[in-house]
Parts: sequence; structure tokens; C-alpha cells
Amino acid sequence: MRDYTHRALNQAQAKGATYADIRIVRRETQTLEVKNGVVQTLSLGDTYGFGIRVVADGAWGFASSHRLESGEIDRVASLAVAIAKASALSKSADVDLGPAERHEDTYKTPMKIDPFEVSLEKKIDYLLRADKEARSVKGVRVVEGTLGFERNHKVFASTEGSYIEQTLTESGAGIVVMAVSEGEMQQRSYPNSFGRHQGTGGYEFIETWDLPGNARRVAEEAVALLSAPQCPSGVTSIILDGPQLGLQVHESCGHPIELDRVFGTEAAYAGTSFLTPEKYRNFRYGSDIVNIVSDAVTPGGLGTYGYDDEGVPAQTTDIVKNGQFVGYLTSRETASQLRKIRPEAPARSNAAMRADGWNRIPIIRMNNVSLMPGPWTLDDLIADTDDGIYMITNKSWSIDDKRLNFQFGTELAYEIKKGKLGRIVKNATYTGMTPKFWAGCDAICNKDHWHVWGTPNCGKGQPGQVAHTGHGAAPARFRDVQVGVMKG
Amino acid sequence: MLGESRLAEIAQRVLREAKADQTEVMVSGNDSHLTRFAVNTIHQNVSETDVTVRVRSILGRKTGVASGNELALDTLHRLVRSAETAAGFQEENPESGSLPGPAPAQKVDAYIERTADYAPAERAHGVEKILKMSRKNGLDAAGAFSTEALETYIANSRGVSAYHRGTVASIVTVIMGRDSSGYASAASIDVDDLDPEAMGRIAVEKALSSKNPTPIEPGEYTVILEEAAVGDMLFFLGWMGLGALSVQEGRSFMNDKFGQRITGENVTIWDDGSDPRGLPLPFDFEGVPKQRVTLIENGVAKNVVYDTFTAGREKGKASTGHSLPAPNTAGPIPLNLFMAPGTASKEEMLASTKRGIWVTRFHYTNILHPVQTILTGMTRDGTYLIENGKIVRPLRNLRFTQSILEAFSNIESLGKDLVLLKDEWNSLGTCAPAAKIRNFRFTGTTD
Ligand SMILES: [Zn+2]
Repeated sequence: MRDYTHRALNQAQAKGATYADIRIVRRETQTLEVKNGVVQTLSLGDTYGFGIRVVADGAWGFASSHRLESGEIDRVASLAVAIAKASALSKSADVDLGPAERHEDTYKTPMKIDPFEVSLEKKIDYLLRADKEARSVKGVRVVEGTLGFERNHKVFASTEGSYIEQTLTESGAGIVVMAVSEGEMQQRSYPNSFGRHQGTGGYEFIETWDLPGNARRVAEEAVALLSAPQCPSGVTSIILDGPQLGLQVHESCGHPIELDRVFGTEAAYAGTSFLTPEKYRNFRYGSDIVNIVSDAVTPGGLGTYGYDDEGVPAQTTDIVKNGQFVGYLTSRETASQLRKIRPEAPARSNAAMRADGWNRIPIIRMNNVSLMPGPWTLDDLIADTDDGIYMITNKSWSIDDKRLNFQFGTELAYEIKKGKLGRIVKNATYTGMTPKFWAGCDAICNKDHWHVWGTPNCGKGQPGQVAHTGHGAAPARFRDVQVGVMKG
Repeated sequence: MLGESRLAEIAQRVLREAKADQTEVMVSGNDSHLTRFAVNTIHQNVSETDVTVRVRSILGRKTGVASGNELALDTLHRLVRSAETAAGFQEENPESGSLPGPAPAQKVDAYIERTADYAPAERAHGVEKILKMSRKNGLDAAGAFSTEALETYIANSRGVSAYHRGTVASIVTVIMGRDSSGYASAASIDVDDLDPEAMGRIAVEKALSSKNPTPIEPGEYTVILEEAAVGDMLFFLGWMGLGALSVQEGRSFMNDKFGQRITGENVTIWDDGSDPRGLPLPFDFEGVPKQRVTLIENGVAKNVVYDTFTAGREKGKASTGHSLPAPNTAGPIPLNLFMAPGTASKEEMLASTKRGIWVTRFHYTNILHPVQTILTGMTRDGTYLIENGKIVRPLRNLRFTQSILEAFSNIESLGKDLVLLKDEWNSLGTCAPAAKIRNFRFTGTTD
């Protein structure tokens, strides 16, 4: 492999690159889907290739190919340099990568049971058992269960002398149950919605989350929702469960702290950010009890790795400390850009650059962006709430391009009256503005309720890239929230 | 790009090696290039060459799928074995039927040499035209200019073989001021159809005219939606309920509505994979020729689209050529949607509006309730208040929460031009006109 990486880096430099890196990536995937008692999908994927990223004439170029051969490496390295030189036609300043990063290392996701060694039969049986449980409930129309496994083997080498080899393994599982009646459809998912809950690790993750043991409960909830009343409208207190809160953190904190968005480089597609540089260490993001941390080291988190795709070691960064906004997710280039205008910012990247495979350039992605736990138990929190709504599992999300105005819908909700859970209500939604919403956070549940929820479907970039991110969260309460804007 | 004969050779190698009862192979290749700009600078500039081989093996009533992107003979053979092994582990699917047999597909010429050969420096020159205008006006331009060549070959052991190649060029730009922004986008199979200068002019004009936006009370307003916003609704409509599986599962807004009026009489929507005004793909991912399917005609619910599996579940139905890579849980989806244009120009729509809101496009649209076709999302990049036939001031962006079918029942007039809107995530496009709609529901506003 080192023959290839040497060749690529030498060729890029010979053509005029002042910096170059190459990533050689093999991604293996295994997807199993069972729908209404039938295995719908059993698919194995394997994609292999390399991408070369260069700076030449002070600008970026990137080219990639699926054919790892000497001649093709030369072609792609030369193309990357030619592209960089075309980019330089409109540059405003030379790329500044900050301090050099030189690391030789290997990293492997720790795990107990290699998911690719577990038989397909065992996995299918697991899904079929969950499916059968869910369909034993009267009124259920569609049940879909999914298992997904992914392994990325990555080699990174740079002209600064790094050579890093990583093997990252992910396991994920999920079930969604749909119940249908005249003009109404309701669904419930477990452990999380939109396909599956996922983490880094082995097959032990699948066993922990026990789909067969939870399928009947969520099926009953889906059916109960069909005849449930509409969630009332008004301003009230809400308690969000872990998965919904994880997505709230993702959308209203994780995206706006991506420093490339802040500097406008994602403006055309994803948008920009309200957390502009003058707010750095100088802005109240939420109430005193709000502590948000970005890290790529929590065991099992979907955003856990050894090095990012610029070869910077994984680390932990405070994002919101006692309610104050104190940190961004950075790349090497954006970290040095920030430091030019805010000298108190760190010189080095905090390792948030990741690429969706060999054929994409790294961009700033969330790793595990997590809300730290508080002191409450969920029972005490409900008992302490006089009037409100408890909202469970995301169904719909939308947020503006600066990440301020958001609206979320959840699959399931309960009214809370005088400290007790009341009736089920359907189509619950809540809406708000980010800083005001987080200022209303007045209670967070403790670490026994805290999990790192996996979001395996975060889209960003042009061409589009999908990232796998993690979000630690325990249920929490928010005061004075607008609830229920939907008609009907 | 490897070309038809090389893709056919790869496919035949797979089929020769196959031992399953039936085997399908899809070989797809792409050469994709994209120049991305922001803050008036090119900051990302990328190129990709890839080929994917996907094998579907059927053993009795069991199906397995494997895909890879390495073309060496032994790797291809391993791929076939993987798909067959996966199928062997399967449970029987009592509903699984045969792969489709051969049927002649219409050839569509959608490959433009000039687009395929477009050089990085040519894209940079196009981008520079936009950046120049932006700088001159003290604004910040962001966006992407992409050119791409794609080819697909699908064959199966029953004799299906279909090849298509095409090119796609597209430009999207968002040009921003301190508190304002403007948007323009265009797509075509021919890169020479794109006019970066004209797009820069539109986006700059919007960025200048949307400075100092002020809020407006949310509520129901007459809106003039530009094509991108209408296309967004059309896309979601197709995804939520215009495929046969959603009807068979009882979760489509078309359920129990066939033959009945579901929108205003001025709404006609169809799917056509061969119309070069869109981004054509004349057959689906099983190699079945795409039929032109009328979905909603003069407001009446007419048809939904089928793949081989969903057609097999209903008497007298045949696939309309709308399969996604099978098998899948999403079912068939119309991927080449068209909405019939009207006769009005946008200027005429404006002149006839006493009070209303002009919407350039939507942002982050998402489904709230699929059966009721309720969407939510934000306006973006040019939202204005209209009074007495004129734009009077820019507005802060608004959140809408609105049923599509209800909105399509309240269309006062439709634009005379059909505009191709390319999806950000793939090489598919929707063709939509602008629309003037009564009682469109805004439920919030932002800073
Ligand atoms: Zn995201």
C-alpha cells in the first residue's frame, strides 16, 4: 500500500502541489430488511477506490478513481493538480493549513463480536422474530425491520509524513411499525426513527437493543395513535425523550457550530449559521445547565474514530459550557482562519473533517455532539411538571438556513397533567427559535437515561455526502414552547 | 466512461458465471466533476470516476443482492457468488415473482459530447462570471457548477438488455448580502444551454432587492411560488403517494380517490422518462421501458406507477417501468415528474395580485403527514410582500405548514414556462411551472 501512497504523493508534488494527501478506502456494507414477515433486502456492498487532495498555486484540487493502479494514480494525481490550478483562477487568499500534522498510527473500533462474522441466518431470524411480535398486534399494516453493518478500512498518507491506517466498524438496528385507518396513518419506531439506531461496535450492539423484546410495545403504540386525539396547540412545557433531543442537538447546535458553514462555504446548499465568529466565547446559547460537548472518543458513539480524514487525532471539545457558546467543529484550514480573527482560538483543528468514502473530499462533520446529563430521573421530572407534553421519537424535522427557526414533529406524545402522564396524543409538533428554546431548558435527566443516539443519515455538501453522527442525550424539559401548529 | 460494449461485456461475464435460477446485473458508470464556490472564491473542485456492478440473484422465491466496483474477472465472479450466497440464506418470499422479460425501450439521445468533455478551467471561467458580478455589487456568491456523464447497462438472464448514456450540467448559486440573499439555478443535458451570466444577474438582483427584510404576521396569504418551490411540492407528492406500493399499503393520498377530483381542474401531473426537457432515463432499474403515466389529470386522480413486483400483485397490471433498484421497501417511484404549465407570465401573476407573498424557493422541506400531504419548510433567498400588483418590500423568511393537495386545489394560475429542477442528490429532475396560489398557510417567521 505504501508503494501506492508514495507514488501518488510524489506525482502530485512533481506536478506542482505544495501539499497533498491520499486516502485509500474500502467500504463494505451489509443490509438486511424484513418487511411484513418477508426478507425484502439482503444486500452486500463493497466499494474501493482512492482520492487525492492537493494544494497547488494556493488553491484546492481533488480527484478520485475506483482503479487503484500505477497509471491511474498518476492520472488522478495530475488531474487533482490541474483542478487546483483552475481553482486558483478565483482565489482570494492562499490556503493556510496551520501547524503541520505528522502521525503514524493504526486504530481499530473496539468490539466484542465482529458483525461480518455473524451468520446471515442468525440476523434474519432476529428480524423475523421482531417482525412477528409486531404483527401479532391487531391493526398493524406494515412492519419494517432493518439491520445494517458497515466497515471502512482507510489508509491516509500526506506529504507532511503521516501514514494512518484505520478500521472502523458500525452496527445498526431498527424497526418501524405503521398502522393505517381511513385517512390516517401513524407510525412508531424503535430504538430510533428513519431506518435505524447505529453505533460503532460489533454485533453486541444489536443484542443490547433487543428489537424482538420491544416490537410488540411499539406496535401497540402505533395502533393506539390511530384513535388518539390531536395534540393540543398552545404554549406549554415539553419533555423530549433522548432520540428526539439528540436530533434537536444535531440540528440546532451540531450544524451551526460547523465552522465551514459559519464561514459561508456551505451557503448555497445547507446554508450558513447564526453562531458567527463574534459570538465565539461571547454568546449565551442556553440556560446555565446546558453543557454540550463534541467528541470523537466516546466508546460506541456513531461519531467515534481514531483520526479524522485530514489525519488529525480524535479529541474532545467544549461547545457550550454552562450555557455559554465556547467552541466550534473545525478543520485545519478553518481553525487557522478563525485564529486570524479570534486569536484566543486554538491553532490546531479539533479533528472534525470526514469524507463520505474515497470519492468525496472531507468536509466538517459532527462526530458525537452531545448534551451532558443532569441530575434528574425521568419519573421525578414528570412528577415535577404541572402541565405539559412528553414527546417521543422524531417523525419530522425542518430548520431554517441559519439554524434558528425550527419545527419538529414526534411519533408519540403524552399529555402531562399535575405531574402524571395522561392520554396519548397524535401528530405532536413543537416549534421555536434556537437560543430562546435552549434558554428554556430547566431540567436534564441523569446519566442512567443517557445514550449516544446514532444519526446515520446527515446530508451535507455538493456533491452530496452522508455522514454518520452520534448525539448523547438524556430526556430534558423545556419551558414555554409553542406546541401543535398542525391542522386537522 | 467505459461505453456500451465494455459495460455489455462486464454484464455478460456476470450472467455467464451465474448459477441462480434467474440473474439480473446492472452496471453503471459515471465521470462527475463539480466546481464549488463560496465567499466569491472557488473553494472545492472535485472529480470522480467510478463504475458499480450490482447483481441480483433469484433462487426459487429467494433473492440476494451484491454490489461492488472492481472489474477484475475473479472479483466479478466473487460478486456473483456473494449474491447467490445471500439468496441462499433467504427465507422464501411467497410474493416474489419472475424478473421481467425483454421489451424494446425507446432510445433517447441525452448525451452531449461537449458536456462530457467540459474542462475544469471552463467551469472556472463560468463561475468567474458569477463571482465578478457578485464582487462588483459588494455581495458574497456561493454555489456549484457541475458537469457529469453517466451510463447504465441492465441485463438479465431472461434476455433483457438496455443501455442508456446521458450528460447533466447544472449551476446553482446563492448570492448573499449582510441580511439578504438571492438564488438562481439551471440544469440541462447540454452545458451550452447554461448562462452563468444571466444566473448571476438574477441572483444579484434578488440579493440587492431583499436587503433590510421586515417581518410579517404569519397567516394565510396568496402566494406566487417560483418554479423551484412548486417543484419541491411535486417531488414530495411523488414520493409520498404516486407509487403503487404506497396505495397497496393504504398509506397514499390516492387511496379510494381514483377517478375523483383531488386538486383543482388546472392541475395535470405525469411522469415521462423519455422527454428530453427533463433528465431522461428511458428504462427503470429492472430494464423495463418507462411508460408515460398520467397521474393526475385536470384535477382527477388517475394512475400510480408500478414496478414488476407491485404489478404482479394486481390483476391485469404490468410494470410501467418505475422500479428502483429491486428489491426495496420503498416501492416504485415516479422519478421524471412533469406538471402541465398554464398561460400566465410571472409578471402577469404579480400584476393581478392585490396582496400576497412572492416566494423564490423553499428550504428544508419535510413531510408532516403523508396521507394529508402536509409539508413544512422555510422560504429562502428572496421572499417579498406584494401589494396592488407590485413588490413593495422584502420579508423575513417564513415557515409554511401546508397540505400540497389543498394548495393544488387553490391554484389561481400557472406559469407558462416549464423549468427543469435537478435534484441535489442525484441526476434526476422535475419539470414544474410557477404558480399563484390562494390561502397558502404560513405558521412562523425567523430572524
Ligand atoms: Zn444533519
